[in-house]
Amino acid sequence: MATGTEPQPKSSTRGGVRGGTRAAISAPHLRTDRWWLAPAATAAGLLAFVVYSTWRAFANTDYYAAPYVSPFYSPCLAENCEPMRNGPNWEIFGSWWGLSPALLVLIFPLGFRLTCYYYRKAYYRGFWASPPACAVAEPHRKYTGETRFPLVLQNMHRYFFYAAVPVAGILTYDTVLAFRDEHYAWGHMGLGTLVFLVNIVLIWAYTFSCHSCRHIVGGKLRHFSKHPVRYRAWQLAGRLNARHMQLAWASLISVALADFYVYLVASGAFDDPRFF
Amino acid sequence: MSSSYEARFRVWRGDVGGGALEDFGVEVNEGEVVLDIIHRLQATQAPDLAVRWNCKAGKCGSCSAEINGRPRLLCMTRMSVFTREETVTVTPLRAFPVVRDLVTDVGFNYTKAREVPAFVPPGGVGPGEYRMMQEDVDRPQEFRKCIECFLCQDTCHVVRDHEENKTAFAGPRFLMRVAELDMHPLDAAGESGLDRRRTAQDEHGLGYCNITKCCTEVCPEGIRITDNALIPLKERAADRKYDPLVWLGSKIRRRSPGE
Repeated sequence: MATGTEPQPKSSTRGGVRGGTRAAISAPHLRTDRWWLAPAATAAGLLAFVVYSTWRAFANTDYYAAPYVSPFYSPCLAENCEPMRNGPNWEIFGSWWGLSPALLVLIFPLGFRLTCYYYRKAYYRGFWASPPACAVAEPHRKYTGETRFPLVLQNMHRYFFYAAVPVAGILTYDTVLAFRDEHYAWGHMGLGTLVFLVNIVLIWAYTFSCHSCRHIVGGKLRHFSKHPVRYRAWQLAGRLNARHMQLAWASLISVALADFYVYLVASGAFDDPRFF
Repeated sequence: MSSSYEARFRVWRGDVGGGALEDFGVEVNEGEVVLDIIHRLQATQAPDLAVRWNCKAGKCGSCSAEINGRPRLLCMTRMSVFTREETVTVTPLRAFPVVRDLVTDVGFNYTKAREVPAFVPPGGVGPGEYRMMQEDVDRPQEFRKCIECFLCQDTCHVVRDHEENKTAFAGPRFLMRVAELDMHPLDAAGESGLDRRRTAQDEHGLGYCNITKCCTEVCPEGIRITDNALIPLKERAADRKYDPLVWLGSKIRRRSPGE
């Protein structure tokens, strides 16, 4: 910069784009597109899931209709669970647990999604307006990001990934069990089996597309050439990772639909059509 | 329909002492980009309009500005993306001090660039003797596409909306530089006692990034800054600072988590 042209601060009580030595433009943003649509839709979608899943998690009814068990209640870790023949009953919490058994297990997938890099973007934008959209001024006076408690705990995402893998494994087991009929005879398939199949494929795809997974399987390495198998795994995780957002939404919707399907069948509102 | 028309433009004119959006009506021809229109304004109506530009090919990173509120390169924004009735608003980058009209002082970025320790040459390997496998350099090579237009720095809300964070936060472009060096197969920073993963968090403010991906959205080179640089760097920093299992593993096996 030429001598003598250095900007001198002018007095301003406002910060950010409207403060200091920045170009004097009073509008917080000049975007003319519908920038608010994406965060609003995201917030609405997440809110709808939170409301639905809270209702279902606390309901403690209509979560098992042989051979289907709701993914919200699997594994069922308390004694107050409905008995499920060969199902994911694992009464490690015994009889003292009086609340809905869903609360015992949902904490893991909830933590996985809450600390997920995609969902962080989604709720920081949709709920916290930090920022609401690119180049749209945020309303907060201070910002420390993920440097302090509690948001520094987002760095624990990998531990929720570790926990999400066995949960997905158990849901896979539930999907295998869904190839029975209501009398527990094997070799059958109904519409519910198809719903469970789609759900579990999306759950696994979302889990393996996770950024922490990508790091663990190979991203942390400096020399891929010395680890050809992990390099292939990293490439595969990377291909899935490029669709992480889509998989996050697809699996969120599919898990809610799988639960809702079980609810409909268990409550008697709908009869599971059998293919064979 | 005629291929030429008169477009409505609003261009910010002023300097650090103040300024305002000024209205213009200006001719637009088929195939032109916003920088062409700014040049026509200079040639016909506002000869003293200040604008920084150079290559007109999206490779020099000089003509960064904000068009209808979005950080973009003037030379890579076609007029055909706007309707003929639309008013096109052009302002300088709003995260940096303005010098005059569309020119800003991007010195913040040069300060931050100097704060990132350079590549550390490996010991015992002379110039011309560096050998690397392509799969090992694919990742850092993506980041080398950066043209340093600083659109990512401009749009990042950490400094755009919070001037006070400029001291602590390097911004996406320079965190990507840290990631590039940490992923470089021959960088010997670790051997010289420099832990890039730890300093990314402690000295370059990686924790301020809340991965809302605006840097990726505005990058004219299409670099996946967030997914391929910032998040992997966050994971590497977590290895160092927030993962007791990795720490324990590195103590037992006596080697770094990256090997």
